[in-house]
Amino acid sequence: MNAMTKTGVAALKLDDLRKNFGKSEIIRGIDLEIGDGERHAVIGPNGAGKSTLFNLITGRFPPTSGKVYLHGQDLAGKAPYEINRMGLSRSFQITNIFPKMTVFENVRCSLLWSEGYRYSFWNIVNRAQHLTEEADRILEQINLTERRELPAGVLSYAEQRALEIGITMAGGADVIMLDEPTAGMSHSETDYIVDLIRKVTEKKTLIMVEHDMGVVFGLADRISVLVYGEIIATGKPEEVRANARVQEAYLGAALEAEH
Amino acid sequence: MTDLTQKTAHVPPAVTLGNTLPWILSIAFLAIAPQIFSSNSAITIMNQMGITIVFALAYNMLLGQGGMLSFGHAVYMGVGGFACVHIMNMETFFSYLPLPFLPIFGGVVGMLLAVIVGSFSTRRAGTVFAMISLGVGELIAACSVIIVVFFGGEEGISGDRTYGMPFFGIEFLQHIEVYYLTAFWLLLSAFLMFMFSRTPVGRMANAVRDNPERAEFLGYSSRWVRFYSFVASGFFCGIAGGLFAINYEILTEENLNLATSGGILLMTFLGGAGFFFGPVIGAVVFILLQTVLGLQTDLWALYVGALFLATVMFFPGGFAGLLMMHVTPIRLGKMHVLYVPYLKTFIPGILAVLGICSVIEIVFHARHAPLGDEDMTIFWTTFNSHSIVAWIVAIAIAVIGVWLTKKAAPGLVEAWHEANTPDKGASA
Repeated sequence: MNAMTKTGVAALKLDDLRKNFGKSEIIRGIDLEIGDGERHAVIGPNGAGKSTLFNLITGRFPPTSGKVYLHGQDLAGKAPYEINRMGLSRSFQITNIFPKMTVFENVRCSLLWSEGYRYSFWNIVNRAQHLTEEADRILEQINLTERRELPAGVLSYAEQRALEIGITMAGGADVIMLDEPTAGMSHSETDYIVDLIRKVTEKKTLIMVEHDMGVVFGLADRISVLVYGEIIATGKPEEVRANARVQEAYLGAALEAEH
Repeated sequence: MTDLTQKTAHVPPAVTLGNTLPWILSIAFLAIAPQIFSSNSAITIMNQMGITIVFALAYNMLLGQGGMLSFGHAVYMGVGGFACVHIMNMETFFSYLPLPFLPIFGGVVGMLLAVIVGSFSTRRAGTVFAMISLGVGELIAACSVIIVVFFGGEEGISGDRTYGMPFFGIEFLQHIEVYYLTAFWLLLSAFLMFMFSRTPVGRMANAVRDNPERAEFLGYSSRWVRFYSFVASGFFCGIAGGLFAINYEILTEENLNLATSGGILLMTFLGGAGFFFGPVIGAVVFILLQTVLGLQTDLWALYVGALFLATVMFFPGGFAGLLMMHVTPIRLGKMHVLYVPYLKTFIPGILAVLGICSVIEIVFHARHAPLGDEDMTIFWTTFNSHSIVAWIVAIAIAVIGVWLTKKAAPGLVEAWHEANTPDKGASA
């Protein structure tokens, strides 16, 4: 995997990132540095551009202007698969798995590239013992061992979300981006996913979009607040909580709803 | 569920009875089939089946494994076949080439064509891919009358397989020798295609089929994965083309046109694109209908069309899907629940189908037989197609059959549900 974990180089750096769709500016100049091993949450009201920001970083959409650097490397013009190979992996707001394949196969497929199998047609994957072991280890971690042979499409919602997190981190990427990992979940399911995220992102850089303030304040080292395509505050949870602008724009209402 | 923890560290051995038995049975069957079906026409039909199975399996590398719907896949088989006939006609070269190696050349040519077309057609799956495949298919089919040097115009080109170098004394003068050559290539191609589906790129073909965007975020370019599947498919289509050239010694525009492309799609779907062995069933059933049923009635294509429609609408998993549906009842040991309801439903069901077919045949005969020829024969019965009695009998059989089937159907549904539910107390 990518070994660019030199100190001093941010895991992810955004430099005046902008995105317009037609005349409307969705992302309006974002500067952000996320350090190695940091757990960073992006919060903000609906329509603030959180998912768009994710899509710009991961190469799903090209930015209108500005730069994204992963471990100091410019991501301009890179396709999603190239960005993934450089060590960035993401999950999606809407569950995004391989529904007809078994749970085990889902995980194994997400290991293939990083284990160096590329497009080979001279290896038989069933023979690769380390692949099977590694996939089973991940299944164990995400508590899906018992679902191993089921088609992923028949899993419960929470299980599918867990599987997606498993797929996202399986490739060994050191920067993990999760888009609303607990959306649509009950309290107990949320607790399960939060534990899971904490476990699997250890020593990795995590960037997540999340609506559940309990999750955000429990998990994140730092928080950025995105409102109308701009970051109005970045800092430690308590700093963000105390920030007057944030209170006014967003957080007050959200925190009240929480209690 | 307790054995799952042990399974965790367990890697299946490369060779087990479970994964070799189907192949051993296939080899045994192909070896003795000409002894059972020894007539000349039977061997001709089996040769045709063998070639079509290779083609259908290659086609399913795209449709079933890769989620690419191709409407012009005949050209990869056709062009490979044309190339092989040209090699047959290169007298000096061919006289040094043992015939069994000829399909390799067809494969390489099919693959090269797939490399060229795939370089732009695999950028997207779905409608874009389907439309490009249709366009390219029509383009090359149209070339058959334009590039006469290669495609031979309307009459096609022909060769003679026996000019090749004898292979251990075999000159392939007889059908039976060609049969074993075809059977060998069928087994080899099927085995290689199966193995392809087990390689990293073969697994990722499934992943890209299911969700191309997710595959991209796992480090794989969907386009390259599709491209590799496409090229591999082209290779095996070319092998099928080579076998066709050996078997028939002539290729024409018919090997390239839309009807052939449509036929392979139809039989692959009929057999079941979701399973590796599905196209095998589809090809066998289709060829049987075409040859055996085709001898009995001019309307065979109508029945095949109706069967295809029924497949698409009622059992999209195809024949293979229908078979595999029974895995759960068998595992639960509850197949016995189904036997009686099956008999109760399918006997009148078959009756209904035969009744409807009789009505169609009688109408067809009454309308289209030469004037004065009023006698027709179906199901070993000869009668006057203009007599009202025949009409009444056929319609009555159809109506009673449909009525009885409808009456039995709820019982079958119930039994099916019952057969798929584990007994109380048994572990899930």
